[in-house]
Amino acid sequence: MSEVTTVKKKRVELLFAAFLFLVGVIVFVDASQLHVTYSQADVVGPKALPYAVSGILILSSIALAITVLRGNLAEGEEGEDVDLSQPSDWKVLLPLLAAFVINILLINTAGWVISGTILFFGSAVALGSRRYVLTALISIAMAFGTFYGFYLGLGIKLPAGILSGVL
Amino acid sequence: METLSLLMDGFASALTPINLLFALVGVILGTAVGVLPGIGPAMAVALLLPVTYGMETSSALIMFAGIYYGGMYGGSTTSILLNTPGESATVITAIEGHKMAKNGRAAQALATAAIGSFVAGTIGTALLVGFAPIVVKFAVSLGAPSYFAIMVLALITVTAVLGSSKIRGFAALGLGLAIGLVGMDPVSGQSRLTFGFAPLVDGLDIVVVAVAIFAIGEALWIAAHLRSNPSRTIPVGRPWMGKEDWKRSWKPWLRGTAYGFPFGALPAGGAEVPTFLSYVTEKKLSKHPEEFGHGAIEGVAGPEAANNASAAGTLTPMLALGLPTNATAAVMLAFLTMKGIQPGPLLFENEPALVWTLIASLFIGNTLLLLINLPLAPVWAKLLKIPRPFLYAGILFFATLGAFSVNMQTADLWLLLLIGILGFALRRFGLPILPLILGVIIGPMAEQQLRKSFQLSAGEISGLWSEPVAVTVYIIIAIVLLIPLILSILRKARGDSSELTAGLASGGMISEDELDKVESQQPSSGRHSADDALDGKDKP
Repeated sequence: MSEVTTVKKKRVELLFAAFLFLVGVIVFVDASQLHVTYSQADVVGPKALPYAVSGILILSSIALAITVLRGNLAEGEEGEDVDLSQPSDWKVLLPLLAAFVINILLINTAGWVISGTILFFGSAVALGSRRYVLTALISIAMAFGTFYGFYLGLGIKLPAGILSGVL
Repeated sequence: METLSLLMDGFASALTPINLLFALVGVILGTAVGVLPGIGPAMAVALLLPVTYGMETSSALIMFAGIYYGGMYGGSTTSILLNTPGESATVITAIEGHKMAKNGRAAQALATAAIGSFVAGTIGTALLVGFAPIVVKFAVSLGAPSYFAIMVLALITVTAVLGSSKIRGFAALGLGLAIGLVGMDPVSGQSRLTFGFAPLVDGLDIVVVAVAIFAIGEALWIAAHLRSNPSRTIPVGRPWMGKEDWKRSWKPWLRGTAYGFPFGALPAGGAEVPTFLSYVTEKKLSKHPEEFGHGAIEGVAGPEAANNASAAGTLTPMLALGLPTNATAAVMLAFLTMKGIQPGPLLFENEPALVWTLIASLFIGNTLLLLINLPLAPVWAKLLKIPRPFLYAGILFFATLGAFSVNMQTADLWLLLLIGILGFALRRFGLPILPLILGVIIGPMAEQQLRKSFQLSAGEISGLWSEPVAVTVYIIIAIVLLIPLILSILRKARGDSSELTAGLASGGMISEDELDKVESQQPSSGRHSADDALDGKDKP
């Protein structure tokens, strides 16, 4: 590993430690703003656990920062389909997240059949599927299938959106 | 005997056509997710939570138990045929199992794994029948201080014993506890960490959290690192064993069971330690030690049995104490809470039909698993050929659908995305998942017990150790935290010679060196298997 990537990796991990620290501070501030009247029946009160949690977070974030600075870097999680020799591939991740967000934005207006099709198709293509027609057919089948499956099998009505009346 | 008649009632209700069907669906799904890369029993159960809202509780639980046991079977298939253990529990199986497959003995390896799993699962479930009522009898006498202590023990051991980096473990625990804090405090009525958002007052939906961490986080992580050329599977015929294989397998099965059950039942036992211990034991006792490292059947039979027995062991504290010790049990417990059933020792008293039907279905599921795994192993292996884009797009698709269908609110989907990204970050920065998910689930329960303890003692802090069990547990916690320190001091004093025996003698904790030893003897088993075992990472 070259010097430059190590420095970069350290910086990213320090950012994560800072995030943990921030969460700890937020938990602390939130707890300190609770108004509690002392009660015999609840001596511990709602503040004790949040204070402890913020302590755990702040202390572990500081400890993490120290170990990272000492050169103890994180190892990403292994898996059957995971190749850790490459850094995270943002060209896959960003389109994937985009498909996810489009689904959230469209699910109530356009309906699940359309938004779900976009979600599956977008994700599969982002993940490297190049047989577009097949992927599109599977996406539509999945969205239709789950729409009717949930309605008929579970009695759950997913939003029909602009296709309401047609479906 | 009372237990026996209850169990018979359980069989009667588990053998109804509808429950048999759910058991079958469960074991088939379980085997499938065990075989499939990137998806494991905890994720499968989490994804099914929304679907089970309207289902009969016992039927859903039977299906989940089938998925849990089935995942163990399926996991061994991939570790033997692919050398890529999906679950941390099957890492050890891969060492000898894959060598056997390479030598053309895949059929025997699969057979000894499946039959060994059946033997261990059945004995383990029988032990569960025997032990759970005893634990319950003991547990109902425990008060809040003891419960609080036991929960702290569970959280500390999961965080500090498993995992290669304790700091990252505690960070994950803190995040999980913080997620558990969100919402209205039931005692004082104060809103915590809601930042004025009305939907947060009810707390974060456990379904959304579980699906986000296990499904979205995992799918995003794999997507970012997708292997361009998936590993090759070794083709296999129908599993079978010769006479010699039986002779060499049955003792390891029984010894593996003996290791697996107690470790599974411990608050942080899990399956990693007993499978490792079983492997070491079989290697020592084998008449063919020279075969170890080149495909010794004992090295598959023992660890696989240990693995399945520990699954049965895990259900003991889950059913008897309401205490989950691994990810799948944690999600199953979340399901019970979602259904308005109070987990804990009173479960046996309040819901005897549910508990005993579940236990009976474990016996049935185990038998079904043997039946569908022996003849169908080649079919299962075909599942590995599914195109990865479709597999992971499907996980994202069903995760979204499931989380949305709970409340039909897009707010839940934004939460799913945010917590999913957190799940991605956990995997990226090496934070273990288990402390987080146990923090989410056990955290609020522990807080409740803590406050109850102080109520009972009228605010005196000594109330925390007012029960002998609580005191004992705190001593255990202290020992658990101090052992690594003592060990490292001893090791420095004695030099590097005997750390394996030292590690085994004092509570069976695996140190990195020990696993490296195993590794160095099996050079091709891959560096990552040891890390997985160490980290106690369950495939979600």
